[in-house]
Amino acid sequence: MMSFMKGRVLVVDDDTALAEMLGIVLRGEGFEPSFVADGDKALAAFREAKPDLVLLDLMLPGRDGIEVCRLIRAESGVPIVMLTAKSDTVDVVVGLESGADDYIVKPFKPKELVARIRARLRRSEEPAPEQLAIGDLVIDVAGHSVKRDGQSIALTPLEFDLLVALARKPWQVFTREVLLEQVWGYRHAADTRLVNVHVQRLRSKVEKDPEKPEIVVTVRGVGYKAGPS
Amino acid sequence: MSGDSAASAPGRTGARAGRPVGRESAGSRWGRLLEGGLLHGGVQGSPVLRLLLRWVRRPLLPVMRLWRRNIQLKVVATTLLMSLGVVLLLGFVVIGQVRNGLLDAKVKASQSQATGGFAVAKQKADEAASGTADESAPSDGHSSQNVISWMSELVSSLSSGGQGAFDVVTLPAGDDSAGGRGPRASGQVDPTASVPEALRARINGSMVAAQSYTRIVYKDVDKEPQPALVIGKQVNDPNGDPYQLYYLFPLTQEEKSLSLVKGTLATAGLFVVVLLGAIAWLVVRQVVTPVRMAAGIAERLSAGRLQERMKVTGEDDIARLGEAFNKMAQNLQLKIQQLEDLSRMQRRFVSDVSHELRTPLTTVRMAADVIHEAREDFDPVTARSAELLADQLDRFESLLADLLEISRFDAGAAALEAEPIDFREVVRRVVSGAEPLAERKGTRIRVTGDQQPVVAEADARRVERVLRNLVVNAVEHGEGRDVVVRLAAAGGAVAVAVRDYGVGLKPGEATRVFSRFWRADPARARTTGGTGLGLSIALEDARLHGGWLQAWGEPGGGSQFRLTLPRTADEPLRGSPIPLEPKDSRRNRGLADAGLPHDGAKRATVPVQATGGAAARTRDPIASRPAAVAPTADPTALPGNGARVVPRPASGARREAVPAAEPATGENVTPADPEGAGPAQGQGQEEPRQGEAFRGR
Repeated sequence: MMSFMKGRVLVVDDDTALAEMLGIVLRGEGFEPSFVADGDKALAAFREAKPDLVLLDLMLPGRDGIEVCRLIRAESGVPIVMLTAKSDTVDVVVGLESGADDYIVKPFKPKELVARIRARLRRSEEPAPEQLAIGDLVIDVAGHSVKRDGQSIALTPLEFDLLVALARKPWQVFTREVLLEQVWGYRHAADTRLVNVHVQRLRSKVEKDPEKPEIVVTVRGVGYKAGPS
Repeated sequence: MSGDSAASAPGRTGARAGRPVGRESAGSRWGRLLEGGLLHGGVQGSPVLRLLLRWVRRPLLPVMRLWRRNIQLKVVATTLLMSLGVVLLLGFVVIGQVRNGLLDAKVKASQSQATGGFAVAKQKADEAASGTADESAPSDGHSSQNVISWMSELVSSLSSGGQGAFDVVTLPAGDDSAGGRGPRASGQVDPTASVPEALRARINGSMVAAQSYTRIVYKDVDKEPQPALVIGKQVNDPNGDPYQLYYLFPLTQEEKSLSLVKGTLATAGLFVVVLLGAIAWLVVRQVVTPVRMAAGIAERLSAGRLQERMKVTGEDDIARLGEAFNKMAQNLQLKIQQLEDLSRMQRRFVSDVSHELRTPLTTVRMAADVIHEAREDFDPVTARSAELLADQLDRFESLLADLLEISRFDAGAAALEAEPIDFREVVRRVVSGAEPLAERKGTRIRVTGDQQPVVAEADARRVERVLRNLVVNAVEHGEGRDVVVRLAAAGGAVAVAVRDYGVGLKPGEATRVFSRFWRADPARARTTGGTGLGLSIALEDARLHGGWLQAWGEPGGGSQFRLTLPRTADEPLRGSPIPLEPKDSRRNRGLADAGLPHDGAKRATVPVQATGGAAARTRDPIASRPAAVAPTADPTALPGNGARVVPRPASGARREAVPAAEPATGENVTPADPEGAGPAQGQGQEEPRQGEAFRGR
């Protein structure tokens, strides 16, 4: 258990008390936390620490969290969980659109935080070798790659999981709630905007024309399904 | 209040509606005028004629519309009509003057000419008489022979003086046409036809000259009759017998002059009218163009384009209008910007407070949880303290969250993310979320009306929050009895009603439950520690959707909270598919029991303040029945039965109901309303009214 959950977590937060408390909780759960308090130094710290997951406060001195998120996402698909004090629509959506996989609203319970982190890290269980097709895409689940006409498409782990979840059951329409449970690991209903934003991000990468999606099709009033292959 | 305005919406759909209505009435007035004035009587009983009239009027409608809408057209047409009138009047006066002047001159000249002629005739007659007297006495026949030739000679000699200027006619006096006194005339004039009878009669027997206007008729048929002045006098022939001598002066020249004047005047008048019309058009255009511009810009301003301004040139009144208008627009823009800035500042503040408070709270929360986890190692006092700390932090947290949420509503920062959602989904999630609490309370949550999809455009997060609040409240106050969640959709609205059979609500509480930090009974134990803001937030959420959140309750008989949302976000609500007062309310059951007098039923729902508690207590045995009776209420949630839109009463009925309800401070009061739906509707208005009061703060 301990060895499996071992993961490096980079905490980007300017509030030293909160950072320390996060450290206590994370260490207690067997993670290896490292800390950075400044948005400008966040990217350097990220490159140095090579974390398995980033906990990112949205409000930072220097570069703000959104910008840091964008920079990290530009060079890595590592899971990013935002810490935000604002659950307002715009803040959350902007954060998600800038590349965060999930968010957690302050104040949160330690258990909640750990559950989110575990859910984001759990996906590294070794997958069975599997080939899936969705639209004109070929997905190698074990090899973690998506190819169109031999051309591979770079996806973050979360986007990959989302695509695989849809591709495994192409006959099924997934509600946002089901996707939240399967991909994000939420047991209870959560913010369905997570799904909306990530479907948009996924589409922008895999669709030929994101305006007319063929891979991830919206079923109005219900949710999403895989396009015909 | 959206409910109220929605109810009266068909009558007045905003400021713009006023104009078409007014226009319509003007049109019908026009029509009535047309009907009554032009075709009165015949139209009255004849549908064919009326049809014909309508058929005639139809192509005129656009013209009438243009007339009503276009002030320029009105002014130009009025100017044309009035100037035409003035020109016509002037023309008649001028022509009359000219004619009088022309004729006066002619008459004077003619009179002197005629007088001279008469004198000559008299003189000739005298000469002839003396000539014949000198000769031997002639016989009668001879003398008459003489008179005939003398007469002819006289006529030709008299008329030879003014060839073309006048003609001479002699006629016998009276009806005496014997002898030589037959009609004679110079210049082919028809003597009898040219002299009017009236004139002949007038000079007959008098020695004074008389005149008249006439038309000269010529014996020559090709020659046109001419207007003329005729002057006549009775004179004696050489024999001393009277005959009538007429001078006829043709007025051809004068008529020519007059018609020339007429033609000139008509042409000039036409030009004047047309020019006046053109001038009016130009002048009105000068005034109307800025007015139209102002109207257009005002419309754009009201549409939100605050930077729109009028173009101002010069310093005249129009320019002043433009300046005033622009100043108004500028002040408006300034005020709106100030308000926007204020609102933005408020939002910023809320957001900042949110962040500043939440970060330390997160640390505290985590620390408390760590301590709480380790409480087994502490001594009992410290362990209990740790528990209390964790519990109260929960409460603090939810209170903070609710406060921030409500301040977000107050700042107008709440945004609706509406998309089509199935309410059954939401209800299922809410019910499963409330299951643990329900189990603890021994309550069963039943859902009815979920056979068909109940879809509406709504913000799932908010709807879920509202319903969670309602269901948790119902379970909490349901005293272990069943809670029924009912779904229905009909007539552009969807509704979810949450019914419990718990302590219910006292009169007046149905509106107060939505007040901030309001508690039904301050002494009551706070079992789950609600923040006191839940229903206020729920009400704001409902209002954000353009929907209603209403409560009904009776003491000891439980309560029902109903959320009604429009199917699409921009559709106004007209009614709810579920009646606010449930079928199994004490009053409705009373009505259903035929034996119960109506009054009794009414009293059952309207416990008087003082005796209310006692009444409720004495009826408690009855109140416990609803749980058993409940299934009878289920059909109301089924489409086609209960799923009908409850019509909102006319405004008159509302005005009657509201003041009556106020003194009693009870929504369940049904003043002079024998209908079963009465209380529910009365309350329906009470609620939005209250809501408006909230907003007005």
